[in-house]
Amino acid sequence: MSRPGERRARLTPYVFIGPAALLFAAFSLVPIIIAITLSFQDTQTLGEGEWVGVDNFAKLGSDRLFRTALINTLVFTIGTVPTAMAAGLALAVALNRPLPGRGVLRAMFFVPMVAAGVVVGVIMSWIFNVDYGVANNALAVLGIDRIPWLTSPNMAMFTLIIVVVWTRIGFCMVIYLGALQSIPSELKEAASIDGADRWARFRSITVPMLTPTTSILLILNVVFSLQAFDVIYVMTGGGPGFSTTVLIQYVFRSAFQDGQMGYAAALGLVLVGILLVFTLLRQQASKRAESFL
Amino acid sequence: MSTTLRPTAPAVRTAPVGAGRRARGTSPRRWLLVAALTALALLMVFPLYWMVISALTPGGQSQSSEFYLWPEAPTLSNFGEVFSTQPVWRWIGNSLLIAVVTTAISVCVSLGAGYALAKYSFWGKGLLYTAFLITIMIPIQVTLVPSFLVVARLGLVDSPWAVILPTAFDVVGIFIARQFMLSVPDALVEAARVDGAGEFRAFFQVVLPTCGPLIGVLVILAFMARWNDFLWPMVVLQGNESLTVPVALSTLTNNPAFASPWGAVMAVATITVLPILVVFLAFQRQFVQGISSTGIK
Repeated sequence: MSRPGERRARLTPYVFIGPAALLFAAFSLVPIIIAITLSFQDTQTLGEGEWVGVDNFAKLGSDRLFRTALINTLVFTIGTVPTAMAAGLALAVALNRPLPGRGVLRAMFFVPMVAAGVVVGVIMSWIFNVDYGVANNALAVLGIDRIPWLTSPNMAMFTLIIVVVWTRIGFCMVIYLGALQSIPSELKEAASIDGADRWARFRSITVPMLTPTTSILLILNVVFSLQAFDVIYVMTGGGPGFSTTVLIQYVFRSAFQDGQMGYAAALGLVLVGILLVFTLLRQQASKRAESFL
Repeated sequence: MSTTLRPTAPAVRTAPVGAGRRARGTSPRRWLLVAALTALALLMVFPLYWMVISALTPGGQSQSSEFYLWPEAPTLSNFGEVFSTQPVWRWIGNSLLIAVVTTAISVCVSLGAGYALAKYSFWGKGLLYTAFLITIMIPIQVTLVPSFLVVARLGLVDSPWAVILPTAFDVVGIFIARQFMLSVPDALVEAARVDGAGEFRAFFQVVLPTCGPLIGVLVILAFMARWNDFLWPMVVLQGNESLTVPVALSTLTNNPAFASPWGAVMAVATITVLPILVVFLAFQRQFVQGISSTGIK
């Protein structure tokens, strides 16, 4: 019934979104579908797999290494996310004030973000090298014994957390700075007229006004931490032993070192499940908070 | 949020709270704060400083347990050694080709998709956008093997296209483009239509010219992501000649060809960071805007 012009107009959006949809279908959707089918198969090589139902998922329950990876992931996430966010917030509040050299300082905190994960990995491996690293050389000047930053199973995770927080602080700071600048200054002025001191103003105005930003940052940071790969791969490769094998590292290991594509796919889907559940819970929580207000 | 991208006009920076009326009384405490922040900031940039210094330090001194902040005899010999024994120019060429072509394609794709999602209603739009967004949640390791199978089926392994095509679909870019296009006034598009411009002319001649800041941010973000990319290029690029700089860097750490591998590694690391650092210093504002716009709903 429609005239040709109208029909053409109706096709227009598909032309605009077509290239994106095509690339998405070929390089995201198809691989995801393959991953899902692989997770129900036992594949030792790239050849045809054998259907094994939910065996791969059942195996997770008794896999010690999976449990280790899960715990390591939890430790890594809890170690990195709140630390980076708190440091980013503190810096943003400090650098939102008129201070001499503020622009340069902001840039200096931000600059680690531009370095590739691999670059961060090799620099930090060098800095934290037991025998020749500048960290231990500096400690030696102070008379402190050499610390096995990356070679001791007890220290390696801690060192990785420091390194990842280092790369993440600038990001959190920039996002918080943007949010701080959008808080109307009248609010704070009104509060100071009412006699609120700086800490009271921070707690009762700044923090609540930042809540939406905090919840977005929380989701992004958790996603980043669960997907953190390059730095760990370069610095420890998951070792020593399995002390820094996080889930994503284990997925990679199963697929490329152990050649267990099916099991790796199942592991990966579990990780995606954790991410989705976390995001949904977070959304529910913020919805509840909104309706509460 | 004040750092949100807006059409044509650059992001508005609100005046800092209480600017002008402070600066009395609290001076010593303020200087203490500045001193503490400066110390922290120096600690933040130290690793990058140390990378450059280590690249300039001769092997003898870097393989020692002495503490120093500046090498006794700075030298470019680490660069000379790595450039003469490894195809470093090829790596840089590969990285540049891949980063530039992918950025060009992905920015065009994101602009088109963002425009369709912001300014049209069509069947399947909600589903498509949700599906796009869900891919952010899916780590590349999960789809690594399947994606490799797809690329192998297309016969692209070891070619730059194996890196370019799968990474040209950039959800974050589409998301930013859509947010930006939502704030382009509908009246602008309508006026172009009333004037008899076709849908495509309306986009190219009326909408696109307002997108300067958006394109700047998309280019910077995409270029940085593609230049720094590691895992996917490592899987699909195999010959030493076809590697990108970050992938090559990761193979260097255990390369027995060097007297002091750390000097060579730091030289290549410096080469990897330098282009992005220059872009960052030149376009700091766009850079920060780009990073901020990824964190906004």
